[in-house]
Amino acid sequence: MTGQQQSLDDLQHIKKMMERSSRFISLSGLSGIAAGTCALIGAIVAYPYVYGHKDIFVDAAAGNELVRTGHFSVILYTWLFWIAAFTFAAAVISAFIFTYIRSKKQHIPLWGTTARRLMINVAIPLIVGGLFLIKLIQANDIGLIAPACLIFYGLALVNASKYSLNELRYLGYGQLILAVINLKFMGYGFYFWAIGFGVLHIVYGAVMWTRYEKE
Amino acid sequence: MLLYRAYAKLILKVLNRQTRAMINPIENLNKLFDSRIRLGIMSALMVNADVSFNDLKELLTITDGNLASHLKALEENGIIKVQKGFIGRKTNTTYLATKTGEKAFRAHIEALEKMIRSTK
Repeated sequence: MTGQQQSLDDLQHIKKMMERSSRFISLSGLSGIAAGTCALIGAIVAYPYVYGHKDIFVDAAAGNELVRTGHFSVILYTWLFWIAAFTFAAAVISAFIFTYIRSKKQHIPLWGTTARRLMINVAIPLIVGGLFLIKLIQANDIGLIAPACLIFYGLALVNASKYSLNELRYLGYGQLILAVINLKFMGYGFYFWAIGFGVLHIVYGAVMWTRYEKE
Repeated sequence: MLLYRAYAKLILKVLNRQTRAMINPIENLNKLFDSRIRLGIMSALMVNADVSFNDLKELLTITDGNLASHLKALEENGIIKVQKGFIGRKTNTTYLATKTGEKAFRAHIEALEKMIRSTK
């Protein structure tokens, strides 16, 4: 019946408009896969500096001097800092590219009220988390760095799910569970970090891609 | 006693409305929402506290004039309210659904759902 079909179309239209106007829905599954891959590559590059015997200082003389004086800027002289910074930048840029492509396909502008709302709500836990991490490094609590990363990022994702795709919530739960398990197995943070930021992102991205974007 | 009577009256009213809707669901379909654009406007206003003119325009991908005429029709019927504010020095016009509007739109959605169920 046409009346029935018309009503169904109307309801679907209403649902679509409600989602589009209140949530940032262009987030692509491929962004998750890309960010996860960057994290895993970063972890592989960083491994010999964490558990191996490679010298962690870019400039050993300057590094050792700063360690002696106990100045915080010593971190800028370590390979790990630069690997982490590069990994983060690569993950953000590659994730951005796929989400940009998807927003173009959906004919939704990338930057708007929904994107701004999402950014603010993700930034709150992440900025506080960043400040907390700096303090952890200063206090030399290296073992807590990985679980702290996972906790703040997990909370950011749970928060983000209200302003973007609902499934982000489960990715957030995954990070939080990993963080709690990590607290029981101190010293293995590196592996938990790689699972959380690498494997979970890839799994989430692949599921989302097959569910919503695969043609 | 008075309370009891008011209560009974309310129940009768609800029952009456339900039977009427069962017999003819189309009756509850609101003519005011008989357009894709107005459905879109109301959908956005139901899930956001308020929405600016520009955001509505982007959401619905229509011209200023077209959007303005639909907004005017909804406003004149007491479905939505206009708020004029400023962001810095620029005027910022936002729209929000009135209580009546929210109720009417919910009834419209219910009527649509009934249409689907009744013809199955």
